[in-house]
This record gives sequence, C-alpha cells and structure tokens, in this order.
Amino acid sequence: MAKDQLMPYEQAIEQFEVVIGLEVHVELNTKSKMFCGCANEFGSEPNTNVCPTCIGLPGSLPAVNKKAVESSIAIGLALGCQIAPTGRFARKNYFYPDLAKNFQTSQYDEPIAFDGKVDIELEDGEKFEVLIERAHMEEDAGKLTHVGGATGRIQGAEYSLVDYNRAGVPLVEIVTKPVFGAGAKAPELAAAYVRAIRDMVKAMNVSDARMERGNVRCDANVSLRPRGQEKLGTRTETKNVNSIRSVENAVRYEIQRQAHILAGGGSITQETRHWHEDRGHTSAGRPKSDADDYRYFPEPDLVPVVPAAEWIEEIRATLPENPALRRKRLQGDWGFSDLEFRDVLNADLLDQVEATVAAGAQPQAARKWWTGELSRLANAQDVSPDELAITPAQVARIQQLIDSGDLTDRLARDVVAGVLAGEGEPEEVIEKRGLKVVTDEGALVAAIDAALAQQPDVLEKIREGKVQAAGAVIGAVMKAMGGQADAARVRELILERAN
Amino acid sequence: MSEITPDLVRHLASLSRILVTDEEVEKLAGELGVIVDAVAEVNKAVSGDVVPTSHPIPMSNVFREDEVRPSLSQQEALSGAPDSADGKFRVAAILDED
Repeated sequence: MAKDQLMPYEQAIEQFEVVIGLEVHVELNTKSKMFCGCANEFGSEPNTNVCPTCIGLPGSLPAVNKKAVESSIAIGLALGCQIAPTGRFARKNYFYPDLAKNFQTSQYDEPIAFDGKVDIELEDGEKFEVLIERAHMEEDAGKLTHVGGATGRIQGAEYSLVDYNRAGVPLVEIVTKPVFGAGAKAPELAAAYVRAIRDMVKAMNVSDARMERGNVRCDANVSLRPRGQEKLGTRTETKNVNSIRSVENAVRYEIQRQAHILAGGGSITQETRHWHEDRGHTSAGRPKSDADDYRYFPEPDLVPVVPAAEWIEEIRATLPENPALRRKRLQGDWGFSDLEFRDVLNADLLDQVEATVAAGAQPQAARKWWTGELSRLANAQDVSPDELAITPAQVARIQQLIDSGDLTDRLARDVVAGVLAGEGEPEEVIEKRGLKVVTDEGALVAAIDAALAQQPDVLEKIREGKVQAAGAVIGAVMKAMGGQADAARVRELILERAN
Repeated sequence: MSEITPDLVRHLASLSRILVTDEEVEKLAGELGVIVDAVAEVNKAVSGDVVPTSHPIPMSNVFREDEVRPSLSQQEALSGAPDSADGKFRVAAILDED
C-alpha cells in the first residue's frame, strides 16, 4: 500500500483549522443482551451466546432489556442531556455478515438522549466544552475473523468467520457536535474526551469500560478548512480506534494526511478509514454511505420507549459523583501537587489510593505505595496494580505499622511480598517471617558498639560536626540486624553516644 | 411524477444485494414510481401536525427484565448455516469495513 504523505504537524495547524467530531460506542455491562436473553459475556466459546433473535432467524421477535434502557438514560443524564419523552427504535439496513438480520436495530430521529455537554480539562489546565449532539441505543454486531491472504486482514482474505456472541450486546453511541477551536490541541482533546467518557461510564458501573476488550470504542471524524473559511471541509471517519493513545495518534495522523492533500490542491474523499495502531497510520475503507442508503425506518417489532419523569428522576438519583468533580475534590483533600495527582490518574490508581486513605493511611503514603512499590511489582507480574493480591486495607495496615515504628520501609516491602505470596494478613506474614523491627535497645547498643569498634574515628568526626559520618555506622548496624532495626532510632543512639 | 430513475433502482438493488436485469430495472422503476406517487397523495391528505404512526397498536414501554435465558448450543446455532468452521459461520470474504 502506498504510504501517505504527511505535512509536518506545526505547518498543518498553521494553515488549517481543525474540526473534529467523535462517536464513542459504549458496550453496556448488562447480564443479558439488548433484545434477547442471551448472556452478554466476553470470551465465551464462539456462537454459544446466541439464539434465534440475535442470529436473525425468521419468526423471532426482539424484547427490550429494561436495564439497558435505564443505563442508557443514566448515560444521557450524566452527559447533561435531555431525555426524549418518546424514543423509538429504527432499523438501519445494510448487508454485511456481522449482523445476520441484514439490519442493525438502532435509533434514528428519536434518540433517547440529546443536547448535552461534557467539560474537558487538558493536562495543561486548558478547558474545553464538548457539546453532545445525541446518545442513542443500539445493538453491537458480531465479530468477524478474516482468514487467508498473507496478513489476516480484510484485504486479500479468502473467507471470513463470524461469531455472533457479541451481536445484540447493548450499546450506547454518544455523538458529539463538531468541535472547533482546539487547534494544535485537537488530538489531545479527542483523547481527553474519550478518557472522560470511559471514566464516566466506569464510575457509573454501566460498562466494564475496558478499551482493550472493545467495551469503549471511538470513531474519530476529522476535517480541515483553510483558516478563515466558513464552510466545513470534507471529513473522514477513522474507525478501529480502541485505545486512548490511538485516538490522539489517529487524529494527529489524519490532520497531517489531509493537510498534505489539501495543500497540494487535492480534495479529501469522504470515507471510512481504519486505524492501524501497530503501524501508526490510517488506510482507506469504504466510501461513506449516505444516511439514505441505510433506509432507516421505525422498527415495527418494538414499541416506543416513553420514560416517565419519575423514572428519570429515580435514575438521576443513582448517578455517582461526576468523575471530574471527584478528582478535583480528592486532589484538594489529599493536598497532592498537580504532578503527584497526575501520576495517580495516569496509572489509573485513583480508586486504590482513595480506598487506602479511607482505610487509615496518610494520602502521601498511600500514593507512594501504589505509584511506587506496588506498580513496580504489578509491572513485573504483567498485571495492573488493582489486580495484585493485596487490598487497600492491607496496604493501609502495613503503612500504619511503619508509622508506629513496628516496621521499617524495607521490612514493609517484605510484608507486601508475603501478602502477595498468599501468606495471609500483614500481621501473619510478620509473625511467620519474623519481620518485626528490633526494639530491644540492648541489642541495638551492642550492635552499635561492635560497629564503632570497627570504625573508631566516627564519633570524633560527629563531634567535629560531620554528622553524616554516622551513616557508615548506621549501615553496619542495619546489616548486623538483618535490616530489622529502625534506622532513625539507631542514628539517635549513635548521636547520643557522641555527645 | 416520481423521481424513481433506472439508476436509483440499480442503486437500491445493489444495496439490497438483488440481481436485476435491465428489463427488470425499467419495469421496477415504473412500478416503484406508482407506489411513491401514491404515498405522496396520502402525504397531501394529512396536515403537518399529524405524528407519523410507527406502530399500529398504541403501546409503549414493553420491557424484559435483564435475565439470562438459555441460548442455543453452538451446534444448533450453526445447523442452518451453509458453511461453518471452528465453531463459526463461514462466509465469503467481503472487501468492506471491519
């Protein structure tokens, strides 16, 4: 495939105004599918969560999952949307084997939620308001595997295999209005927006929100227009953008690709493009169909959704704290610097730190555990820190034992290792491994005497004001005590001796 | 008069994956035109404030509780498929979207 020519990014931004639009699909975590009772489950054997309805057998009839509607309304409310007094389902007709019915049950001109907004704050503190056009309910499609050809991709495939387990899984598609004025920050804004939606649906527990499993997927629309031009440029829609980093990269790539074409007097083809994360570029897909080609019409097998005001208010009452506000509150409560707080956020450790603080640890100590030692251990095991076999309460307990002088930092790390190895609660690990700090002053004094005998000039140096000379003795004592001494106390004892 | 042109019929046929001959295209263009004109007559008869009917029975909010029901077995699911492999439906490769 011919490689696209790209304009340098800064130059592209100088010449063109960037307009983006984002469509985010959120898979809901209901127990069953949108229109049938098949399990909504990831990772089952192929075609085992299917029934006549979701594989489109003649005579089957859909029935709407109430929980999915509730979750959709909840998402609409969290986006600040109005909830439609009447929402209808519609058939979006297309021929493609990812849905066996030859149509996708979706919503067209009467989405369940419309006209919302999401406040986004970028890392540098700049704020943007992303307006939401609509959020509508639909069903996910089955999964295709392309077989044959050299690459396993669509091009050159000999045949495709279809697994309909995902067909009929409830989705909410959230569509923004065109976003203007982000300029060079458009890619970053797109990524921040997708992250905000992911965090929101995760906090609401309406989706598992795992992007690597496709629970949250983004289609990114990008168009450019010469600065000062009123008319919007032709847009492309990049699909298959399934990580937050990919969103940023894909938008940036499209800006550079389109800028090169436009600057050379060419025109942009309105089309779907595919993002290839491994190779860092997009490639052309099919020309985008007009909405007319989908021949939308009201789904005759389903009746309208008419949510009563009381029902909407009941759902509103269950909404958790807005994630952005929560973050602001926690950073204030904890007194973290922006850098410290960002470390926690980027590592996705907000819940862990919050739970550890709630269990009695000081915020800074909780942060250091999770972003430091525990992240390092998780990384070594190739899991995320929240998947480690240690609870925030256990981390808090270990920290309390450090604070009370019962453990040193080094011993505490051994305790963590013991907990992770399944040796029980921190106290049990301390007991079994004999990890308690030596508080027997007699033993400490004896060790200090022994160390001073090896380094007789240390006390003299301390008396001359070179307090750092104590370090060598502290090291020797710690070594002699197998690390199980409180270094601060050892230091005190040495300084007392010098006086 | 309707604007059902032969090209539009061909486009619709391709969207619907229906093979049509040129002869059929001419015939269908005429027949579809008659239908569209008839519907246009109905449109003339109703005033603008009538809400379109999407369902013949005035019902709303018919829901199912979020409960898992037994699914088909893989074997049952694939029993009607012309071709299958690895527990999946096997279809001709189509150069199209993911």
